[in-house]
Order: sequence, then structure tokens, then C-alpha cells
Amino acid sequence: MKSESTPSAKDLPKVILVGNPNVGKSVLFNVLTGAYTTVSNYPGTSVEISLGQCDIEGRKFEVIDTPGMYSLMPITEEERVARTILLEQHPYAVVHVIDARNLDRMLPMTVQLIEAGLPVVLVVNIMDEAERLGMKIDIDLLQEKLGVPVVGAVMARRQGLARLQEILKDYDASRHAVFGYAADLEQDIKGVASCLKGDYRLSPRALALLLLQRDEEIESLVESTEKENFTAVRAAVNEVVFERRTDLHLRISLERKRVCKGLLDGVIHQSESGTLAWTERLSQITMNPWTGVPFLLLILYFGLYKFVGGFGAGTVVDFLEGVLFEEHINPWIMGLGERYLVWEWLYELLVGEYGVLTLGVRYAVALVLPIVGTFFLAFSLIEDTGYFPRLAMLVDRVFKRIGLNGRAVIPIVLGFGCDTMATMVTRTLETTRERVISTILLALAIPCSAQLGVILGLLSGVPGALLVWTLCIVLIFLLIGWLAARVMPGEQPMFYMEIPPLRLPQFRNVMVKTLTRMQSYFIEIFPLFILASVLLWAGKMSGVLEKIVASLHPVMSLLGLPNQASAAFIFGFFRRDFGAAGLYDLQTSGLLTPVQLTVAAVTLTLFVPCIAQFLMMKKERGWRVSLSILVFVSILAFTSGALLNRFLLMTGLLS
Amino acid sequence: MNVSAKAEEILEALWIAVEEQGENAAHLSTLGVGPDDEALAELQRRTFVEVRGDRVYLRKEGRPEARMTVRRHRLAERLMMDIFDVKGGAGNAKACELEHLLHEGVGTKICTLLNHPTTCPHGNPIPPGKCCEDAKRHGEVGVVALTELKPGQTGEIAYLSTDEPKKMQKLMSMGVLPGTALVLNQTFPSYIFKVGHSQFAVDQDLAREIFVRKT
Ligand SMILES: [Zn+2]
Ligand SMILES: [Zn+2]
Repeated sequence: MKSESTPSAKDLPKVILVGNPNVGKSVLFNVLTGAYTTVSNYPGTSVEISLGQCDIEGRKFEVIDTPGMYSLMPITEEERVARTILLEQHPYAVVHVIDARNLDRMLPMTVQLIEAGLPVVLVVNIMDEAERLGMKIDIDLLQEKLGVPVVGAVMARRQGLARLQEILKDYDASRHAVFGYAADLEQDIKGVASCLKGDYRLSPRALALLLLQRDEEIESLVESTEKENFTAVRAAVNEVVFERRTDLHLRISLERKRVCKGLLDGVIHQSESGTLAWTERLSQITMNPWTGVPFLLLILYFGLYKFVGGFGAGTVVDFLEGVLFEEHINPWIMGLGERYLVWEWLYELLVGEYGVLTLGVRYAVALVLPIVGTFFLAFSLIEDTGYFPRLAMLVDRVFKRIGLNGRAVIPIVLGFGCDTMATMVTRTLETTRERVISTILLALAIPCSAQLGVILGLLSGVPGALLVWTLCIVLIFLLIGWLAARVMPGEQPMFYMEIPPLRLPQFRNVMVKTLTRMQSYFIEIFPLFILASVLLWAGKMSGVLEKIVASLHPVMSLLGLPNQASAAFIFGFFRRDFGAAGLYDLQTSGLLTPVQLTVAAVTLTLFVPCIAQFLMMKKERGWRVSLSILVFVSILAFTSGALLNRFLLMTGLLS
Repeated sequence: MNVSAKAEEILEALWIAVEEQGENAAHLSTLGVGPDDEALAELQRRTFVEVRGDRVYLRKEGRPEARMTVRRHRLAERLMMDIFDVKGGAGNAKACELEHLLHEGVGTKICTLLNHPTTCPHGNPIPPGKCCEDAKRHGEVGVVALTELKPGQTGEIAYLSTDEPKKMQKLMSMGVLPGTALVLNQTFPSYIFKVGHSQFAVDQDLAREIFVRKT
């Protein structure tokens, strides 16, 4: 993150955007910053934050878009990162973006931010939708009552942008409203606050409230700042916490709600003219299981099969691979090689059968990039409509059976794009148990888009093969998930999620997300392609590859496959799609029967995750867990393959 | 005067056999008593039952008492399992001890506390008492878990009963607060409800911990 911002950016005044998920924060970020955006993970986390710069009448600002947060008291990793940014950066202004339709529900966080002594600007966004629901909001009155600048906005149409820029241009943070709680609670807060002697970013009042709510991070922050004095602070906190043991959290929330009710008195006028928008109706269709499952299948068919499989893995790959590389680039490079590379080993390393240029670069650019790119485009598009929370609630019951909850649908779906990236995203799941189970399932039964593209291409030529493959993978996914949930101890995960309204994705937003994901994919994966090529080359030149390939021959005969197939499995470890592509070569040279093809496809899909995914597993779960998964998955893949082979031969299916 | 605990057990078993399993009488061995059992003699004396050979018949006079015994047992089960959280065999055993203490006022109080439940935790019907009839006549609705609402019904959040502070905070910070009005939109596969203009999805376990007052 730091390396990407220019040195001068550090000295620019910082404008930090905060707010719930789905309030149009990133839209505001985009209209504020224009083209200067970098999206990256916050150091040490998988949480994405966006950085950009904006220029208001010649004055430059750095704009930071934080992950969604519901309150100043963090529960998820996203919220923790958002608060850390507030704690560690020195904000020039904190822009709290809220959804006008849910003003009453989101205002408590505004109160919290103001209470914390932060320089708040409130943006009441999505005013148009609120009006459609029959709500009238008196922005001026709200501003007067809150004591901080308030902007009514429709950021998707740049309404309110000029006013926000005018406020930011010379923001005066000295004005400050104080919201009073009930006298008894007030006394307790003051009691704790008065014990604090150190110098903090947040106001003593806000700290006292967080301490009373047992916020561990704040506790250790205060402990390290207060040193000896911390004993006194702790004593004051413990006393109140014990006195109010029955309902402290509730009391604070209710008091805040009461304060907000007072603030909103006369601000919102609700008339009964709300109409059911078409998005509401569509939303109902996606959430009702009877219509939601067919809807999901439609999305899978058009989004995954047609767009990624057909367009990405078909049209684009055919052009890049078949036309660009095979007809133009490769012959040209090989010609150059033949002319200038006199040493055979160098010739092989660069342009030979497993050459860095002819195999590594070709696979990465012509085969994988278009597939992964189209997948990420589809994924970002669907993500921005707000569909995923609906999918999560739809699959929650099934996922509970396999020890996960609906939230895990996001890493699992992402796995169809890139399992390595998905393995990293499992971090966002709440319990270790869920993380391990989803890591296993990703390693085992979720083919990444590159692999999926090739497999779909391979199997679609053989009637019935695709169906058998799908059934096998789904069955093993559910069976292993079910077993893992039984074997692994731990609590049942709970599922709760806000379902945002469905909306049309913003073109620019989708493009930024897609490109960012493709970029990080490329940065992470491309070197591995080259490494894999080099390793394969070294193996070939030294004869080691042949030995390893030969050592797999007995396994191949167990699976009923020709010996040549073992090469595909060895490649499979370097990239799962290498393996699938290896099968492609066998298939086109007519060496596989339909049964063999299906068995090989199933085994390869289940087989060992690629090198990159394995390294990511090691990073996330440690050596012990990741090695166990590796061994388990390999054994299971070959066993399932062998059983499937027997089954297909016995029943005469597919032959 | 109340009948003895042993006699109550007999009445209970007899009611279940006659009313719920459609028999016309129960065999002595099903009731687990001998022909000259003292409790059985007590019931005969009160003309609650009649013994012919080795079969025991429930008389008209014994029906109200038997019905109330079954009611008390099942209320005790609800109390044990829902409020005290004693489940399985231990819960059953405790319920059997407790039921004999639930006479008159106590039973009514517990029934009201439990919001006049209609079934026991095993799904068997609880015969309604006077309190239940009264509540029905006055259209009273107590506080129920979200799972008891039907799609389209509205309510006001009364309290959250989750014992995990983190979860509670999460719900509260999302705006699921006591005193807030809520509409239940859908119950399957997850519970979907609307608070203000926002929608939330929770699973069944969490829905059980959100208590609402029907409106
Ligand atoms: Zn029962
Ligand atoms: Zn009752």
C-alpha cells in the first residue's frame, strides 16, 4: 500500500470515507478521486482498501475508502481495519456516508464518530430512493442539530458533490456538539473518562464508552499509553461493568437510539406513497427458494457457462491461443530461437516443448488470462448488484450441513475463479473450523476457472460426460464437507447478514474491481508459470521428469488410463489447468475413450491443488494442516478416480 | 384434595392411551401397576377409573383430572427444556418431578410465562387451561420468538436472548434493537425481516433468540 502512494501523498490532508456496507461509499470515492485510484490489501490483512487523490480548486487531498463498518466497536476483520485507519491516520475530515432510507438506523454511528471527536462530515446519500419511498428529509435542520456539516446527495448522479467539495475545501473541525445520555450513564462515562491521562486520537468520552463495552484493542491501547495509571482505569471500568452487568450494551445502544430519535425529530417526514420498485420484486424472486434456485441456475448458465466458458475460454482463447500464438508469435519466436540459440538446453528452456516463452507465457497470457479475466468481470458485476447476500441466505441451510454458513458462499464462488485467491479470502470467515473446512473444499472440489474452462471444453464433446463429472464433484463436495463437519469439533456457525437492495452496477466500479483482481492475480501467478516452466524444463533435461512420470504409471493403470496421462497429472501440480490442458492434447490426438476422459477429468479436478494454492494454504493454515490436506486430497482423488472407473466400466455408462 | 403423585402418573398414562392413541382402555401392565395397587385403589374410590379384569377404563368423572395432569406434565416439560435448558432424559425426569408441584395458581402462572404453549417439546398437544381460553378471548399475544411469526406479520422487538455478547452487539449495531418495529418477510430457507427500510437474513437458531411482541 505504502509503496504505491507517491511520497508527497503522505503529507496530503487525509479525507477518510466511512460507513455501512452498501451505502454508495465507493461510488462517492470514485466521483471524488476520478482516475487516481489504487486498490490494495491493508497491510497484514486480506481486507481491500482504496486510496486515491482529489483536487479541489488546486488543493490536493488523499482520499481513503475504508471497508464497511456498522459501529465504532469492531466485530469483523473489515470493521477492525476500518477503525484502525481511523485510529492511526490523522484525518483531516471523516466523511460518514449513510443511506437516506435508513437514516434512523445509521445515525447512531454518526453520533459515535462525533462523540469520538473526529472531524465529521455527514453525507446522506441515495436521497432519490428515499423520496421514492415517500420520505422527505430536512437536511438543514439535521445539520443544525448535529453541529457538523451535512450534505444531501445522490452520488451516483453526482448530486451534492459540489457542496461536499466546498465543505472539504476549508473544513473547520473546531465546532463540536455533545450529546447527553441519561444522567446515571453519563456519570459512569465521565467517571471512567476522567481516569484517562494520556494523549489519544479519540476523545476520552468515546474511549470510556469503548472500554465499558470491553473492546480489547482499545484496552491494550489504553494500557500501553497509561502505563501505571492503567490500574486505576481498569478498576473504574470493572466497577461500572459489574454494576451494570445485566444490560450495559443494551443500555448504551438504547441511549444512542434515544439521542438519534431526538435529533431526527422534525427531520424526517414520511408520507405513505411508497411504491414497490421493480428491484423489490426481482429481489423477492431471487430469495424465494422456488424461483431463486432457477434464477441461480440462469446466472450460472449465462454468467459462468456462456460468458466465461463460451466467450472467455472459447472465443477469446481460440483467438489468442490459436491465431495469435500458434500462427504468429510461436513460429516467429521459434524461428528466432533456431537461428540464434545454438545451445540445445537454452533452446529448450526458452522455446522448447516446455519453454518459458512457448509454454509459460503462452499459457499465462493466452489460456489463463482470458478465462480468469472474464470470470472476474462476471464476479464483480454480480457482486455490485448485491446478489451475493441473497445467494448466501439461499444456500445457508445446505452449507450448515457441511459445517459452514451462508457467508462462506463468497470464497467458494470466488474459488471458481481462482482457488488461490479464494483460499486467502477464507480469512474473512469467523471461526477456524469454517476456515479449515472451506480450505479443504476449495483444494478438493472447486475447480478454478482456468481448469473449469478446459474441462468444459473437453467434456462437452462427449454426451453424458459433463453430467457424470458434475454429479461426482457435487457429491464429493457435499460428502467431504459433511464428514469434515462431523470430524472437526467446534461450534455451529451462526448466520446473519444484511440484504442490501438490488441495484444496477456502476460501470466504472466494476471495471476497477475487475482490473484490480486481474492485476493481483497476474502479479501473483505469472512468476509461478515461469517457475513451473523452468522446473518442467529442468525435469525434462535431467530425465527426472520421465522418472516421475513413469512412477505414476501404476496409478494410471489403476485408473484405467494410458501411461501418457501421467504427464498431465504431474503438470497438474504446477498449475491445475496445465493438467487439464495436458488432457486436452491427449484428447485431440484421440488417445482417450469417453470413460477414460471422464475418469481423468474427475481425478484431475479433485487432485492436489496447484503450487500457488498450496503455498497460500501453507501461509494461511500452517505446514501441518496444509500438508495433511495435500496428502488427504491426493489419496481421495485417486481412490475416487479408480472407483469411478470401475463403476463406469461395470455399468457400461458412457461406453 | 389432590390425588397422589403415583395416581397422577396413572391418570396421565390412561389419558394418553385413551385420548391420543384411540384405545378404549389401558392394560394394567401398560400402566405399570398391579391389580391391588394403592394408587389405583385411590382412583377407583374417587370413581375416576374403573377396573375390569386387567383393563383399566377412564370414567367420565376422571376425565377433567386426567386432562389437567397431562397438561401439567407437558407444561413442566416446556419449562424444563425452554427456560431451564435441561434437555433429553434429564429434562424428562425433572419434568416428571416438577409436574406434581404445578397445581392451581402455579400452573397458570407458568402457562402465562410460557405464553400459553400449545404443544410440548415432543410435539404432543398441551390441553388448554382456563388461562389459555381467557387469553384467546381477549386476543392477548405475549412475547414470542421470531420463528413463531408468519411471513407478512409484524411485531415489535421485545428482547434478544442470545448469550453471546458479540452476536448481540452485531444485531444491535445493525439496528435490531428492542422497541423497533419489524416485518417478517420470509421464513425459508432463512428468516428474512425488515427493520425500517433495511432487510436482514438470519438463520433459525438466531431467529429463536429474537423475541417479538406481535402487533
Ligand atoms: Zn412431551
Ligand atoms: Zn394458559
